[in-house]
This record gives sequence, C-alpha cells and structure tokens, in this order.
Amino acid sequence: MYRVLTAAILLLAAASPASAQELTLSVAISMKEAVEEIGRGFTAGRPGVTLRYNLGSSGELQKQIEAGAPVDLFISAAQRQMDELEKAGLIVSASRRVFARNVLTVIKPADSRVDISKATDLLDGRVKRIAIGNPKTVPVGQYSEESLRTLGLWERLRPKLVFAENVRQALDYVARGEVEAGFVYTTDVVTRAAAVKEAFRLPEDTYRPVVYPAAVVAASKQQALAVAFIAALVSRDGQAALGRLGFLPAPPSVR
Amino acid sequence: MSPDHLSALWLSIKVSVAATALNGAIGIPLAYLLARRRFRGRAVVDLLVTLPLVLPPTVTGYYLIVLLGRRGYLGAPLYELTGWTVAFTWYAAVIAATVMALPLLVRTARAAIESVDPNFERAAFTLGRSEWRTALEVTLPLARNGIIAGLALAFARALGEFGATIMLAGNIPGKTQTLPLSIYTAVQTGEAGQAMSLVGVLTLLSCVVVVASGRLGARPL
Repeated sequence: MYRVLTAAILLLAAASPASAQELTLSVAISMKEAVEEIGRGFTAGRPGVTLRYNLGSSGELQKQIEAGAPVDLFISAAQRQMDELEKAGLIVSASRRVFARNVLTVIKPADSRVDISKATDLLDGRVKRIAIGNPKTVPVGQYSEESLRTLGLWERLRPKLVFAENVRQALDYVARGEVEAGFVYTTDVVTRAAAVKEAFRLPEDTYRPVVYPAAVVAASKQQALAVAFIAALVSRDGQAALGRLGFLPAPPSVR
Repeated sequence: MSPDHLSALWLSIKVSVAATALNGAIGIPLAYLLARRRFRGRAVVDLLVTLPLVLPPTVTGYYLIVLLGRRGYLGAPLYELTGWTVAFTWYAAVIAATVMALPLLVRTARAAIESVDPNFERAAFTLGRSEWRTALEVTLPLARNGIIAGLALAFARALGEFGATIMLAGNIPGKTQTLPLSIYTAVQTGEAGQAMSLVGVLTLLSCVVVVASGRLGARPL
C-alpha cells in the first residue's frame, strides 16, 4: 500500500517539473477559441510554459478576481468589469489594452420557420422565449439590454427573456431549440453553425461598442509572462487570428 | 428581501411541496413493490431509482434535457403535439426536484416496509383481505413512521435542489429561480448581504423540516 502511494506521489512530482511556468487566464467565454489559438502560438515559442484557461462571463470572472482568485491575466468582454477592477486597484493599470471589437446579433435555431428580421419581430407571439445573458453579470446581456432600451422594447420583451450565465449558454439554448431567439455576438455563431443562424443585427448605434480589454492582475506572480501574453494579443499574428475568427480590430483611441 | 427573493422563497416552497406529493404518489408504491414483490427487472428499477443519489446532479440534469428538452426523446413528440415544452417552466423545477428526491423516499420507505413482520400480512390474507387492502390497511400503516421520515427527507432534498434544476429549468427570476439558485446568483453578482439573508432563510426552513420529521417519525404507532 505504502509502495503504491509513494509511487503515485513520485509520479505526480515528476509530472510537474520545478522549472515550469504556469499562466492562468480568466477569459470572457466569447473569446475562448481566439485566445486558445493565440495561446497555442504563445506556448509554441516558450517551452515549459503552460496556459490554464478559466472561462466564464466577464462579471463572474470579475467577482472571482475580487475574491482573490489566483489569476494572472483578465480578458473581459466589456470595459465596465475592467473599470471596476481598476478602481479597486486589482489590475495593473499600465498593462490594460483593448485588443478587439465585436458586434451583437440575434440568432434563431437553424430549423426555425419564424420570420425574425427586425427587433419588433421579437414581439411576435410565436417567439415565446428569448435567451439573453443575465445583464447583472454577462456583458452580452448588458449590451443587449442597452440596445433594447434604446429601441423601447426592453419592458415589452422582458416577460419572454430567459437569462443565461454566459453568452455560450444563451447560444446553447438556441442551438437546442429551447428558445426561439437569442442575443449573442457575431463571432459565436460559427461555433454552432449547424444548429443556429443569424436572424438580424441590432443597429450598432443603439449600444456602446463591444470592446475587449485585457490587463494583468495586480496579485499575479507571473507579471512578465502576462504582459507578454497581452503583447501577443495585439501582435500582428494575434490580430490576424482574431480577424480569422470574425473579430474586428480595436477602435483607435480606446484604451 | 427584494421581490425577486420573496418569489424565490415562494417558488421553492411550491416546488418542494409539489415534488414531495409526486414522490409520495410514485415513491410509496415503488417502495412497496421493491420491498414485497419479486418481478423481472426489479434490480434495474432499483438501480434507476437509486442512481440520482450517487450521480452528480448535473448528470441527472443532462439526462433530463436529453429526455424532456424540446429536441428530447419525450420532449420532441410532446412539442409536436402540444407546442409546449417543459424546459424553463416551474414544472421543470418540480420534475428535477422529484427525480433527485425520489431515492431518499424510496430507500427509507422500502426499509420501513421490509421491517414490517410479514406474519401480520399473512394474517390479513387468511382473513380474506386482498393484497391491495392488506397493503393499505396493514403494511403501510405499520411502516408509517419510516414513510413520513422519507417524505420529510424528500422535501428537504427538493428544497435544496440546484444542479439538475439549473440545467432543466434555467435560472429565471420570478419563474424558475428557486432559493438555491437565487443564492447562487446573489453570490455571483456580489450581493453578499442578500445572499446571507437568503442562506439564513433556507437554513431555518431546513431546520424546521428536520425537527418536524423527527417529531412525526418518533410518534408511537
């Protein structure tokens, strides 16, 4: 018995060489594929570096950092969560960079026969439920609420709304056909291309631009590596990867 | 407490009462059959009823989606026929809570029924009572304390159900957001004060159930 235990402990110890560097990234889940791809390029040139992805809604990730989660880098889908962390002194202000932009879209199940081509079509009785990120914690829900309020539809659509924990859950509700429509980003659609299709896009002047800021977490013990990852995000390769997945370049003059 | 939290409390009680009633209707006959009858597939039924006790609630929730979702094996035909789907309704919360609580009632009630001396039942048979009437008039009354304890456990489990509920019923304030889900959301959104008061309410409610079940279960036959 002891021999087995000793062997197991030795095996575990061998699996984690002392020289290894580990970077934990809290990533807004809409950025999952893009950051993973940039991450592959990042680790390829850095033997011994391992990346750990902590995915979720930006609001949820923000709360984790406030509660002292051992995270090195935060990538948010909105400025609001980053602003609150910066105000609390929990991120390194100088490291903060906006590196991409996104656009909201309304989707429906691929086999949907309901015509949804403008925002007021969501009032149609055949649209019984609409998936939306919980505006309390999920940026896509905050942007969508802002847009629907501008359009004067928020209160009227409210009874139909089903709150999701993050944008990919809203996407999944639509893909499973549990709801007739959902609010996601344009870049999310391709991840479930067989199951959902775009219905229409909300006018871009009805909500503030969807931008992605990244910043090093103040408590991180891997500051240099985290800074290097942000550099990879804004590098030409990083921007090309983001572009391939449908993200737009960061607007100039936005930090 | 805010209106959302009050509605979460009310919904939790409503869901737990409904799930306990369903548990009684399904679980007591099931416990009797498992305790007193030998039939084909008995081991399979026993296994299926017990599984939610040991599986992670998210796994049970996933099975419920596969079964009852709009594209599910039962959910799809139901939707074709009626245009209605159970997901994201409070019925979904009742179903999730019922399935999760069932093993607790069935196991407790079954043990109580098995401990009833079969000689009482044989005596009833010799007096011309059918098995049906014997079960109702002899076996179940003698197993009463165990059944009541099982129902109380089922109620408490239903009250605390989280994993399967959030998967099948979602987390819609005022509609499917039960107390445990409301606590989860309050913590996630950093409303520590609200979370604390909700936790207090749920703890108090659970204590009442445990004490009440102890009192009821200990009553002399």
